[in-house]
Amino acid sequence: MYGRKVKLRLAFILLVLTALILTIFLILKSLEENVVYFQSPSEISELTELDGKKIRVGGMVKKDSISLTSDQLKFIISDFKNEIIVTYSGVVPNLFEEEKGVVAEGYLKDRNVLSATKILAKHDENYMPPEVKEALEEK
Amino acid sequence: MFKILEPNKIFQITSKAPKYVLFLFIIVLTVGLSEALIFSPEDYKQSDAVRIMYVHVPAAWISLSIFSSITLLSICGYIFKNKNFFLMAKSLAPSGFIFNIIALVTGAIWGKPTWGTWWAWDARITSMLILALFYGMYLLAWRIYEDRDQVFKISTLITVFGIINVPIVKFSVDWWNTLHQPASINILTKNAIHSSMLLPLIIMTAAFALFSLLIFLMKYNTELIKIKNKGLDRL
Repeated sequence: MYGRKVKLRLAFILLVLTALILTIFLILKSLEENVVYFQSPSEISELTELDGKKIRVGGMVKKDSISLTSDQLKFIISDFKNEIIVTYSGVVPNLFEEEKGVVAEGYLKDRNVLSATKILAKHDENYMPPEVKEALEEK
Repeated sequence: MFKILEPNKIFQITSKAPKYVLFLFIIVLTVGLSEALIFSPEDYKQSDAVRIMYVHVPAAWISLSIFSSITLLSICGYIFKNKNFFLMAKSLAPSGFIFNIIALVTGAIWGKPTWGTWWAWDARITSMLILALFYGMYLLAWRIYEDRDQVFKISTLITVFGIINVPIVKFSVDWWNTLHQPASINILTKNAIHSSMLLPLIIMTAAFALFSLLIFLMKYNTELIKIKNKGLDRL
């Protein structure tokens, strides 16, 4: 039905695509640590050495962990296995709340304490009107 | 083969269809915007900021699907040595690029009040930026290279490289930790978006798709006129 050249060109494109996909896959696989935007408290606790570089830690703000003093905000980021204490002074985004996602950027004081320079709220994928949320909470 | 793609037959469609598509687009956009901005409820957490999503998400979807279409058309054009496919791909590209930019800009506007930052180098946002760069390369290639065969080859090459990025955009939020939230709409599992918010999203997607179709028909019509005027450039 199709000429020989057509088949050859199809084969060529398929080979190019396969080679590209594999190459990109390998590159991304080896760069995994740099592609992730933040690390979880569990990954931080497994670190062998603290190199003093700026890092981002993400997870849930632990319930009842937010405490505010005159110049400092203190809260705990949890991934339900491990926890990390975050200290921060500055403005937090509107969506920063207990039991919601958060990403803190800053420097590790030690394995359990992060001194944050920036706080970002992480929004989850749930979208619903307030009435539906209330109905869900009543259940 | 591809008898249906005879320029004369297509020209009859592309010269008449735009006004009907424009009419339909205006209706669907009016319904979509009033649903999105007035009738749909506010979100329990981000309140009215959710309304940005009705532009952001459809724009991102359309730009991804247009890039996929461009790639498919270019590859078909390359394999079957049919110029028509390339011209279709060329006519699709501008609206895809514009929607890509819209997705990036509305994302930044949404990000500032919700996340607390305009921009983050996370996998989803960066891969979307890379998509915009590929669109840019593709559009520039058509402007730079005068020679037909050359531009066909180069533009195909750009789409083949760029298409690798499309699944990365889509699945970046599942593969890596990103600041961007994962998809709310899932075919296999339950949607994480309430139906009252899903409706304006779907209507707005239809409106944007119609807009892309409109621009495509107009651009493609111009390409066909160019061929007619040259007379010797047979498809």
